[in-house]
Amino acid sequence: MKILITGISGTLARGVAYRLVRRGHEVIGIDRRPWPDVPEGVEMHQADIRKRPAEDVFRTARPDALVHMATVTHFTTGTEERYRINLGGTRKLFEYCHEYGVGQSVFVGRHTVYGASPDSPLYHTEDEPPLAGAAFKELADLVAADLYAGSALWRWPEIDTAVLRLCYFLGPSRGGTLASFLSKSRVPMVMGFDPLYQLMHEWDAEEAITLAVEKRLRGVFNVAGPPPVPLSTVVAATGKRGIPIPEPLYSSVLGRFGFPYLPDDAIAHVKYPIVIDNKAFVEATGFEPRYSAKQTMEGFRWN
Amino acid sequence: MSFFDDKQVRLNIDRLPIAFDDYGFDRFGLSKKALVRAYSPMAYLYRHYLKVTAFGMEFIPRQGRALVVANHSGGIGADAAMIFTSLVLNDEAPRLGQGMAEYFLTRSPFASVALSRLGHLTGLPEHGAYLLEDERLVVVFPEGAAGAGKLYKDRYKLVRFGTGFMRLALKTGTPVIPCAFIGGEEAFPQLFHIKWLARLVNGPFVPVAPQLVFFPLPVACQVYYGLPMHFEGDGSEPDHVIQEYVDQVRASMEGLISTGLDARPQAFMFEKMPDPKEDTSR
Repeated sequence: MKILITGISGTLARGVAYRLVRRGHEVIGIDRRPWPDVPEGVEMHQADIRKRPAEDVFRTARPDALVHMATVTHFTTGTEERYRINLGGTRKLFEYCHEYGVGQSVFVGRHTVYGASPDSPLYHTEDEPPLAGAAFKELADLVAADLYAGSALWRWPEIDTAVLRLCYFLGPSRGGTLASFLSKSRVPMVMGFDPLYQLMHEWDAEEAITLAVEKRLRGVFNVAGPPPVPLSTVVAATGKRGIPIPEPLYSSVLGRFGFPYLPDDAIAHVKYPIVIDNKAFVEATGFEPRYSAKQTMEGFRWN
Repeated sequence: MSFFDDKQVRLNIDRLPIAFDDYGFDRFGLSKKALVRAYSPMAYLYRHYLKVTAFGMEFIPRQGRALVVANHSGGIGADAAMIFTSLVLNDEAPRLGQGMAEYFLTRSPFASVALSRLGHLTGLPEHGAYLLEDERLVVVFPEGAAGAGKLYKDRYKLVRFGTGFMRLALKTGTPVIPCAFIGGEEAFPQLFHIKWLARLVNGPFVPVAPQLVFFPLPVACQVYYGLPMHFEGDGSEPDHVIQEYVDQVRASMEGLISTGLDARPQAFMFEKMPDPKEDTSR
């Protein structure tokens, strides 16, 4: 199968590319960022997904499947730019899929789109609307992209679209949202709160995305591995020190005193859990994580 | 293990039919360590202060889902705490009762963490279904806050029941175990409520009892469990059918309450009621 991966230079996407090549697929990659030591079997195009050269890749290479991982998640990028890439880019890619006869697409989103709130059910299922945008405006573009990707299921029914809502991951690349939250030696917690965090090993996450491509999934799926653990345990097991900070002071210490930077609205994600139910994904793919939460966190500590 | 840990509590919590991970948490955030720490002082109150006697413990299944439906008795949660403790201290089949917590507690600091570590999730129907589908024992008080805020003059009269628990039981195919708690209303006789203070703290009610502190009097209490009740259906029945089932549970609870009230020599009883197990050995 000929598979196009957008955002291929990202840590998770590289792993997916390796896995697909190893299983005998032909992989084409698009990214604004370079991938200097691109492995054999991967055809790399350095381009912006919203620009003409990206469309040219669709036209000339005619891939069978698209794995869309070109979303910006770090908050240093401005809101307008994030909307342009995350929502505008997603829309363009689906239009190309329709125009150039790509039969399958996988949108890799994240579980934070559900939003963290004390009065929502602990295990989110796919039929729940993603509510993160209401309380956390920096996530609104990702929520919109997630919903847009979902709408491809009825907009272009001939494309088998899978929207994956992936939980946090940790791994040797030290990339991802949770890894950057744990990047400093001290982790800011909110005093009196200790939510459950759901994480999986980076390699399991790569495997899950690869499975979604190979099983030709159709629909919206939560992707998670082992059961969740409290944030205090995540902090301790990864060898960090959690510093409880009274809620009114929380936003003023972020980015200072050796704490990582987070947007103000992110506080809800440090107070309340976001936990997803992965039953549908497991049933559809037979996915089984190879690493437990303990192995994942301790591995992150030592590598 | 700390000095304050109760041996029976620790042994029984090790025997709970719940899967804990490498760190001693279950998939809902329940913590083994927190359970031992919280139930140890509760076990002391259970044995020596409220001198609770539990009847009908044989109706509690060793494992598998069950829904314990209890009356509220006394406004400060001593009833719920003692029902949960009686389930943990049952040596034949120790179980962890998991309750459905009041919304305002689950958004407040410290309380939300404590509730989650002890297995009490926010009172959402989804949470009840998760727990039962995971073969847990869920304890509900269908009277709600209105039942907890009963004044002394209305003692042991059940107020209106919610029907959500019955739909939940039907949907998940769970047996309902009626339960009556006796003694809470004497241990904390609510004379009146301070309404403005309740509004101020955003809580359901602020009761005042003769002891003037939020702690029960050392009145001996009893817990009665009744025969498990099985109902046919899938939870989509019309309201009148559900109401009829709820009334059956209610009648069964009223039966247990009147048995319990008749069994007491006097209302303000300070001696422990003889244990049924000790009775047979005599």
